[in-house]
Amino acid sequence: MPADFVPLLLMLVLATGLALTLLLAARWLGPRRANPVKVSTYESGMDPIGTARQRYSVKFYLVAMIFIIFDVEVVFLYPWAVSFQEFLAAGSGVGVLVVVTIFILVLAVGLLYDIKKGGLEFD
Amino acid sequence: MDLAGAYEGILFDVAGGFTLLLLMTAGVVCIVWDIFSNDDPVLPVLAAMTCVVAAGWEVRGLDAGSSTAFYDLIRAYGLTSYINITLLISALVSIVLSVPYLNRIRRGYGEVYALILFATAGAVMLASANSLVTVFVGLETMSIALYILVGLVRQGGGGIESALKYFLLGAFSTGFFLYGIALLYGATGTMILPDLAAGFEARGSMMLLFWAGVALFLVGFLFKVSAVPFHMWTPDVYQGAPTPLTGYMSTASKAAAFAALILVLYYGLGDLAATKWQTALAVVALVTMVGGNIFALVQNNVKRMLAYSSVAHAGYVLVALVAGTGEGYAGAAYYLLIYSFMNLGAFGVMALLEWDQKEGSEQTIDSLSGVGLRKPILGVVMTVFMFSLIGFPPFGGFFGKIAVFAPAIEAGFTWLVIVGVLASALSGYYYLRVLYVFWMRPQSWSAPQVQAHKFPVPSLSAAVLVACAVVLTVIGFVPVVRDLPMVYFDVAFTGGTP
Repeated sequence: MPADFVPLLLMLVLATGLALTLLLAARWLGPRRANPVKVSTYESGMDPIGTARQRYSVKFYLVAMIFIIFDVEVVFLYPWAVSFQEFLAAGSGVGVLVVVTIFILVLAVGLLYDIKKGGLEFD
Repeated sequence: MDLAGAYEGILFDVAGGFTLLLLMTAGVVCIVWDIFSNDDPVLPVLAAMTCVVAAGWEVRGLDAGSSTAFYDLIRAYGLTSYINITLLISALVSIVLSVPYLNRIRRGYGEVYALILFATAGAVMLASANSLVTVFVGLETMSIALYILVGLVRQGGGGIESALKYFLLGAFSTGFFLYGIALLYGATGTMILPDLAAGFEARGSMMLLFWAGVALFLVGFLFKVSAVPFHMWTPDVYQGAPTPLTGYMSTASKAAAFAALILVLYYGLGDLAATKWQTALAVVALVTMVGGNIFALVQNNVKRMLAYSSVAHAGYVLVALVAGTGEGYAGAAYYLLIYSFMNLGAFGVMALLEWDQKEGSEQTIDSLSGVGLRKPILGVVMTVFMFSLIGFPPFGGFFGKIAVFAPAIEAGFTWLVIVGVLASALSGYYYLRVLYVFWMRPQSWSAPQVQAHKFPVPSLSAAVLVACAVVLTVIGFVPVVRDLPMVYFDVAFTGGTP
């Protein structure tokens, strides 16, 4: 059994060896002549303007949170919808419908809270 | 699962989980109410009424035999009712004390009351868990509400720092906890607590998997109850949180986590684990008692001191769990009830005596100089709380300490109890220091601004604090409160011999 993996091991050694050889060869053989254009952030693109550490609105995280709420809702509702027929056939349809309605109402309260507190308003 | 009869027992289930459902519903109502009428004065009344109604329902369940509901996911009545009453009292006192506190710092958030209800619902779920999943869901519901409560007051004083610290460390410990649950499920093939032991044997006794799971699981619990190797977050979080909510955190979340730990140890591991976890828990209890008390000695901030004192008290409760007998678990439940009154009271007094400054609030021990004579009501109740925390005879803390230490002696852990008693003797220094400053130091020791401050004491807060003090004074002489939890445990259950 372990013998089956010998080609894999050879492959691993070869790949690592080749990658290391190429990297080290480039380091030893390649000329290094730096100039302002070459060391700029985007060598073949536009000049960077300003710093990358800019402030951005923290509202992004609210949007992400609302997304998670409804993402989770779908995760729960999908298996519910798939198995609803079985419950209906067994005569427990009303029960599962009530349960899932409560679940959605609770999520709706979350959305209502968010809207009223201005979570969806970007200034 | 029987699909046709899926909702047959629904009425029984709803009755069993009534407290949980009521708290959740009231929390949702509060939050909807708050968005239409921001910080309505009705909200705390509604929240407090909810706690009273739920506690009344639970009193009904005290004598009923323990049963399970919702497909064995939660336990109802019996021990669960006893713990739930502790949790609801803690929530009620915190709600009443929060109203004047939040008004005074001019940060009236209606959400506070909804969040306290949600946190209490999580705590109730944790304390009535009968399945590893319910333990986890309850723990998370409680913790997430608490993270928000800690950071709600964004006004100097380090509230945000505390919330972030609590959140990051709490999320980290949750990772351990969840991994422990996964390993336990792998080793036993079941999530239902009473089936764990049987599942372990049926699966061919996978020792390593099982014990690794139990160890990780215990780490999560010991973090929540702030036992010593995992206590680092406690002083910072307790200091930065709004004071009445610190009282809530130190009592409700601790009582719920200990209750779940009792359920796991008693129903889940039972005889199976006795010899293995006893030694480990004994070591944790030892370092928690010694460490908590020694760190508390050097604190100049009263909230920090009380935080370390709550670490030490977690150690005393652990001593009862180490015993692993029915009396031990019953003693722990009794101690948690008494501890809740003491700590809620102590933090409640501090909430009234915090002196507002431009940059947050001041809780150093010097700022309390002479307060006892200026505010005799607060002075007297604080005296009761401090003596009770030491474990001085006429007060509740003394009877609580007997209830946790006696079973450990019977189980052969005399050395642990000797250390515990010495550690509580040590605690006398820092508790009595507060009283010394309260009563014997002249007011001139405190800063001039503190001397000029009025420290208004709203009559409702004073009434609640006096009630806590009265309960602590008489609770030891009402033996039924102590004996009640004994009934819930099979006292013949010895948990195996060490």
